[in-house]
Amino acid sequence: MDDFYRENILDHYNNPRNHGHLDHPSAAAEGVNPLCGDELAVELEVHDGVVTDIRYSGRGCAISQAAASMLSDVVKGKPVDQLAQIGKEDVLEELGIPLSPIRLKCAMLSVGVLKVALSELTGEPLPPEWNDPSDGIEWKSA
Amino acid sequence: MAVAEFTTPLDLEKIRADFPILARPVHGKRLVFLDSAASSQKPRQVIETLVDVYETSYANVHRGVYYLGARATERYEGARDIMTGFVNANDRREVIFVREATEALNLVAYAYGRTFVGPGDAIVATEMEHHSNLVPWQFLAQQTGATLHYLRLTDDGSLDPDSQQRLAAIENVKLVAVAHVSNSLGTINDIPALATWAHERGAVLVVDGAQAAPHRPVDVQALGCDFYALSGHKMCGPGAGILWGRAELLEKMPPFLTGGEMIRTVSLEKTTWNDLPWKFEAGTPAIAESIALGAAAQYLQGIGMEAIEAHEHALTAYAYDVLDGISGVTQYGPKPPNRAGILSFNVGKVHPHDVAQVLDSEGIAVRAGHHCTQPLMRRFDLQATTRASVYLYNGRDDIDALALGIEKVKRTFSV
Repeated sequence: MDDFYRENILDHYNNPRNHGHLDHPSAAAEGVNPLCGDELAVELEVHDGVVTDIRYSGRGCAISQAAASMLSDVVKGKPVDQLAQIGKEDVLEELGIPLSPIRLKCAMLSVGVLKVALSELTGEPLPPEWNDPSDGIEWKSA
Repeated sequence: MAVAEFTTPLDLEKIRADFPILARPVHGKRLVFLDSAASSQKPRQVIETLVDVYETSYANVHRGVYYLGARATERYEGARDIMTGFVNANDRREVIFVREATEALNLVAYAYGRTFVGPGDAIVATEMEHHSNLVPWQFLAQQTGATLHYLRLTDDGSLDPDSQQRLAAIENVKLVAVAHVSNSLGTINDIPALATWAHERGAVLVVDGAQAAPHRPVDVQALGCDFYALSGHKMCGPGAGILWGRAELLEKMPPFLTGGEMIRTVSLEKTTWNDLPWKFEAGTPAIAESIALGAAAQYLQGIGMEAIEAHEHALTAYAYDVLDGISGVTQYGPKPPNRAGILSFNVGKVHPHDVAQVLDSEGIAVRAGHHCTQPLMRRFDLQATTRASVYLYNGRDDIDALALGIEKVKRTFSV
């Protein structure tokens, strides 16, 4: 329990990577978890099928913000067609800690927003596991 | 800064020994339970009553001609008598068993509200209400065409007298709804004054007593309100609560839920209602839970509601000063002594979920979030707060543990 806030999580929380906004995003999306008030926005810049830049912004707990920072590092420089493969387990692996169902939603907010932005970019429908109204999270393409 | 001295009329060691869960470590640490405002822990006396009902006296109530049916009915109605005394009602017919305060408030919103509130009428609630004493009135207003007005708050989280002044001109106010004690800020509202204000307008006063009844003596006659709702699970009991309402109002209200038990005669064409209080108790009630609620009330009365109030009063003053002395901690709500045992705060810019998670690693249970008071959070431009709430089993050691836990939060997040 004591190493819940591992060094890597606190590092990303205190020194967020890719935080802020892009001047000319190719795609953008937002997500809000009304249960805890976590808010997250993701902007992508894509050239020739590759994510050349990414920014995220928002407010929330250390888990949601650190997960977003970690995810931004993973996404940057990757071809768009590889991003469809990124899933919940990748985020959990990056965080490296067990999460209760409530905190799991915090961790998954950023990857969900990324999926919405990708769906906007490619015109592909949002994968059903990210489109479950029962999880309470509200998605919005920008 | 001087910290308020803590003295208590309670024998804390003896009380803690009554609560088996307090002896169970959490993450290898002593459990520091500071979330009784959400739901309280249960003493052995209540747990044993539940077991005893099922082992010795269980059957459906008001039906059986056999021994157990009579015994269960006797104990269930006995619990009603205890609860009648607990809120100092002058008539046991005014005490209706419900699941908890939410159900009690909805009962009023449906049976009273949909009968006596109509288009062009006004309802007044406050900005500090728990969603359970806000959403039913919003929904009632939507469905009846009434308008809903709010008493606003001062910066310290008290009802703003200016806002009351502004609302004074509103006509056709039929119902005023207010919390006795705010679940987010610990504000104690002046119910007798609000009752006078409501009655001057020809309105009824509905009081959400969920955060008050477990912690201080409640005398519905002295309060002067018309309805009072309480939750048993917040006062050492299981999942049962009561609605107290004035008999003359309950008499003229139609039923809320219909079905068995609440009837006198049923034909295929027409049904006549049972007498109070059973008119409002459709179906098989929570029998063992209601009986154990009576046991919880007796347990609290045995210790003394005045003594519990004095204990929490002193502990809250101590806790407020301790938190005030920690740099980076911001507290919300009125300063003691005008405050119940609910402390709402933030630690720097750390999200309350992270505060609560670090505190949990030290065995400390607090609530983090909006506490079902989203309008209140917006009023203070907050996303959420961390809330520590005290009860009769908490002591100075719990507050000192909280303070150490907050220091750990600060170290973890470099506040």
